[in-house]
Amino acid sequence: MSVAKPNPHDSGPKHVSGQAIYVDDIPMPSNTVHLAFGLSERARAKITKLDLSAVRTAQGVIDVLTADDLPFANDVSPSVHDEPLLATGEVFYHGQPMFLVVADSHLNARKAARLAEVDYDDLPALLTIEDAIAADSKFEEPVIWQVGEPYDDAPHTLSGSIDIGGQEHFYLEGQAAAAIPREDDMIVHSSTQHPTEIQHKVAEALGTPFNAVRVETRRMGGGFGGKESQGNALAVACAIVARRLNRPAKMRYDRDDDMIITGKRHDFRIDYAVGFDDTGRIDSLTFDQFTRCGWAQDLSLAIADRAMLHADNAYFLPNVRITSHRLKTNTVSNTAYRGFGGPQGMLAMERVIDHIAHYLGIDPWEVRKSNFYGKGRDKTPYHQTVEDNLAPEMMAALASRSDYWARKAEIAEFNAQSPILKKGIAMTPVKFGISFTLTHLNQAGALVHVYADGSIHLNHGGTEMGQGLFTKVAQVAAEVFGQPLDAVKITATDTGKVPNTSATAASSGSDLNGMACKNACEKIRDRLVAFAAERWQVTPDAIRFTDGIVEIGDQPIPFGELTKAAYENRVQLSATGFYKTPKIEWNRRAGRGRPFFYFAYGAAATEVIIDTLTGENRILRTDILHDVGKSLNPAIDIGQIEGGYVQGAGWLTTEELVFDDKGRLRTHAPSTYKIPACADRPKIFNVALYNNENREDTIYRSKAVGEPPFMLGISAFLALSDAIASCGEAYPALNAPATAETILRTVDRVKGQPW
Amino acid sequence: MIRFLLNGLDVALDNPDPTMTLQDYLRETRGLTGTKEGCNEGDCGACTVSVASLEGDSLTHRAVNACILFLPQLHGKSVHTVEGITGPDGELHPVQQAMVDHHGSQCGFCTPGFVMSLYTAHRDGRTDFDDVLAGNLCRCTGYAPIIRAAEAAAAIAQPKWLVDEADHIRALDDGQDLMLDDGFLPATLDSFANWYAANPGATIVGGATDVGLWVTKMLKNIAPVVFLHRLTELAEIKTTAEGIRIGAGVTIARLRGAMAGLHPDFAELLRRYGSVQVRNSATIGGNIANGSPIGDSPPALIALGATVTLRHGKDRREIPLEDFFIAYGKQNRKPGEFVESIFIPAQPDTLRCYKISKRFDQDISAQCGCFNITVKDGTVTAARIAFGGMAATPKRANAVETALIGQPWNEETIRAAMTKLATDYQPISDMRASADYRLKTAANLLQRYYVESDHKLSETRLVGRGAA
Repeated sequence: MSVAKPNPHDSGPKHVSGQAIYVDDIPMPSNTVHLAFGLSERARAKITKLDLSAVRTAQGVIDVLTADDLPFANDVSPSVHDEPLLATGEVFYHGQPMFLVVADSHLNARKAARLAEVDYDDLPALLTIEDAIAADSKFEEPVIWQVGEPYDDAPHTLSGSIDIGGQEHFYLEGQAAAAIPREDDMIVHSSTQHPTEIQHKVAEALGTPFNAVRVETRRMGGGFGGKESQGNALAVACAIVARRLNRPAKMRYDRDDDMIITGKRHDFRIDYAVGFDDTGRIDSLTFDQFTRCGWAQDLSLAIADRAMLHADNAYFLPNVRITSHRLKTNTVSNTAYRGFGGPQGMLAMERVIDHIAHYLGIDPWEVRKSNFYGKGRDKTPYHQTVEDNLAPEMMAALASRSDYWARKAEIAEFNAQSPILKKGIAMTPVKFGISFTLTHLNQAGALVHVYADGSIHLNHGGTEMGQGLFTKVAQVAAEVFGQPLDAVKITATDTGKVPNTSATAASSGSDLNGMACKNACEKIRDRLVAFAAERWQVTPDAIRFTDGIVEIGDQPIPFGELTKAAYENRVQLSATGFYKTPKIEWNRRAGRGRPFFYFAYGAAATEVIIDTLTGENRILRTDILHDVGKSLNPAIDIGQIEGGYVQGAGWLTTEELVFDDKGRLRTHAPSTYKIPACADRPKIFNVALYNNENREDTIYRSKAVGEPPFMLGISAFLALSDAIASCGEAYPALNAPATAETILRTVDRVKGQPW
Repeated sequence: MIRFLLNGLDVALDNPDPTMTLQDYLRETRGLTGTKEGCNEGDCGACTVSVASLEGDSLTHRAVNACILFLPQLHGKSVHTVEGITGPDGELHPVQQAMVDHHGSQCGFCTPGFVMSLYTAHRDGRTDFDDVLAGNLCRCTGYAPIIRAAEAAAAIAQPKWLVDEADHIRALDDGQDLMLDDGFLPATLDSFANWYAANPGATIVGGATDVGLWVTKMLKNIAPVVFLHRLTELAEIKTTAEGIRIGAGVTIARLRGAMAGLHPDFAELLRRYGSVQVRNSATIGGNIANGSPIGDSPPALIALGATVTLRHGKDRREIPLEDFFIAYGKQNRKPGEFVESIFIPAQPDTLRCYKISKRFDQDISAQCGCFNITVKDGTVTAARIAFGGMAATPKRANAVETALIGQPWNEETIRAAMTKLATDYQPISDMRASADYRLKTAANLLQRYYVESDHKLSETRLVGRGAA
């Protein structure tokens, strides 16, 4: 058995010894040129002068391109062709690429890119959510979904608002691409979650059909959604230059450029008005979600949709209206980030629960219990039925495992005796929908070869960004053939091997590609069975692939012997596999259908401590119970859960994106943008899998795990809110990120001493 | 000729560009791409390598960031990269094997840096992993499996293939001044003092944790460059009955050690100064001479009444440290003059240092308050209070001190003194904090000092010294 085992990441030994190759590590021919963008220093302006003479004469510069030099499409948008590679006379955000420097080294390209003389004619820039609302600047009309009829005369009503900050991906490997011209083809190496889209954008930019571009991605040094569309510009720039000069071209962003140029998690403001009874059970709820999409559309509409799709989290809302405003601003074009809008929608719902509990003076856990989906209460605001509803039982199990009530009492006792340091605890559920909401993306392909010696060559459309996808899919192949995992050679994602792939996104990687791989492997296995049955004169059901050998009747035959014999008997040992997700259908404007094949669930309890003199804080303990169905690989799944939680907690605490009043990002390096460091992880960190087969027929009944654990971090945020609430009577109404400053401000407001 | 060892093999570079970083050299010249560029500013640790050098007679291994380490700084040292710690047959080092076994790598990009930090700690037998790894960022794992790996590897002995390179290293440096086209590596302090007096426009490099960014981020030409790491006189720490004199070339890592017994809160502040990699490179002289308003050691040193000795050629003068900082970007330092040493007078320890930043580790202070208050028979008899991050320079809180001195040590005095912070400081708002927050917490830190004077530190502290 290969599946369900905690196999280490296939690249582990290479990672730890420096042998794992990323795009910038690929040996390149000596005539390779290096690229850098010259960036706008205005948030919105007409370019009245772009004098590049100093750039052209700078040391090592070979060529400089502006939009006028682009032979075909000037577009790197993943959606509606509204994102030029290089600005055309006007700039729309601070940091927008205006020209492209080609030099003999990365450093010389970077140096030259700063030498342009640019004059701007400033235009009014919309920077904030409030600016965009006031100017009615948006990408489409607000999307409104409604079930029942929200009303305002419930026994109890509350309203409020939460600001939710964005988030920089901070993948450790910055964006990078390389292009090598080969006759009339273009070979592209890209650190991307979406090689097929890179292929398409490069082809458009070169005026060639897709078949003249081959994109290869072995691995990324982290993606998190930030390499779903944001790698397009680099790959296209490299390909254009490679074609123009007939030389290989490589581009990587320096970290500051990366953080300034590329999109981030969408920031939101979400307003709510809720009506509920004495137990906290919600009968009426309205959400107004405002999101800052930035200057170009990118994937924002689908992201805003997913925020709406998670506005309920795990709770039944009988009368609900969700309105989503997709705002256009003169800031970086926000993009996919782990959870894809879901975390923002979910956080607002958990805020509402917390607010109700505070108002009623009862424990938030009781309010959650009153509102979970259940019998006769199983329709989501988008009309999908919640069939498995694991949240209530998982939360109950977690309450017990984490000793919630006893610790709650201990915390109250601690707080009563501790004037400066205060503790808080919160327990929150996650229900996350699995499938791309753009239905046609829910497909995948694989290509499997079995060589005559029995070694297996595996390829599929998914990309490896650290999440262990390649290991999981290889386990599937090994399982089908009954072979040890090391018999399977994992190979780089390649648009020349598996075409028309979807981005590795939406947590779908193993669901889709695992199934496609299984399909391909089973085709080959069936051929081997048919061959062996005839050759050894047994019935097909007497043939078993297990423990590295093939049992044919009573006779054990090494797998390699069987494949050799099959080859010599002209049996085809290569196959493609395909999979498309069943059951899903979706109308996004109407908000109606079954967008998700299934839901993945989780529950987290976090205890924190805050310093009421400074707002500084620590996570003391986190307990997690998470649903991955029947795990394909428990070690990899637990890794996703631990990492997702810490990343989610970072989003809501120390990770603050600061833009100034000129629209400049002031936190564009790790010196100023603070992701969690080692000591920020929970001191006590208990993670357990909730063993439960997926009720849907997924790959070995597992569930997707990439995004859902991210939202477990919401428990840390609400634990901070709980600690703050112990300082006074008022509801904290904490905004995110809860930096030390935000916490101290909120503490003092709760104490009645605002500043 | 710049000479060092790279993964055990001799490297001799004839007149290299003095500001070529080790990272670029490894990746672009040597094809050793295991060392990764994550930020190019010494904040993420993906480029961590292990440098061995002689500190006195003993061979010391230090994790450092290759991205902001200039090649000449390696002269007379040995560097190991992630490619250079496996056994002769490719056998993984115990920390490498543990990282595989405990699922410590996901995307793998930060992994070489973690491995090299852990490798260095493993050589030293260090197990304070939260500190060891504070300068290595990982975005995938949430760190838990890396800590599990570190703990597992700690139980395993050093592999037999590691060799003591002390003699080899000793032979690399002939003890003579070394001149490059655009750089100078003096062998003695006098030689440096004379040369710098004659070349006052040169850029002085101590550890390059700040100057490195002038090159990698500001893309400045800083030639000519003079490197101080060979000056053993500058790296001395001398203790006398009068106090402790610290050479400007003493690294923050060594200063932390020296302060642990004398002023443990200063040592605790230095625990949060940058990261292991930064502290191993950065020098106290650099931290003072760059005049940053947010440097962490000046407020503590000012609170301790430290003096700084400045030297020009053969001439020396000694001034109170607070007088060294004149205005933003302006210090009391003449052309050709350099910071030679710092002197901290002996005194009972009443110092408390409080650093406020968005993240506890590897972060620049939003503000940093250092308090040194003497109370005799219930009355404040002396007070030295200084802040970083509250003004254009590290600066004393004169009004607060005045409000305290001569007053009874009670809550009323503290409340009155807290209101004086706004007299002393008009801080700015920036990406680290608002002016309001800086002032508010500055006042609250005085309250914290007061509470700590008769309560356990565990009642006021979340991390580090005294925390529960």
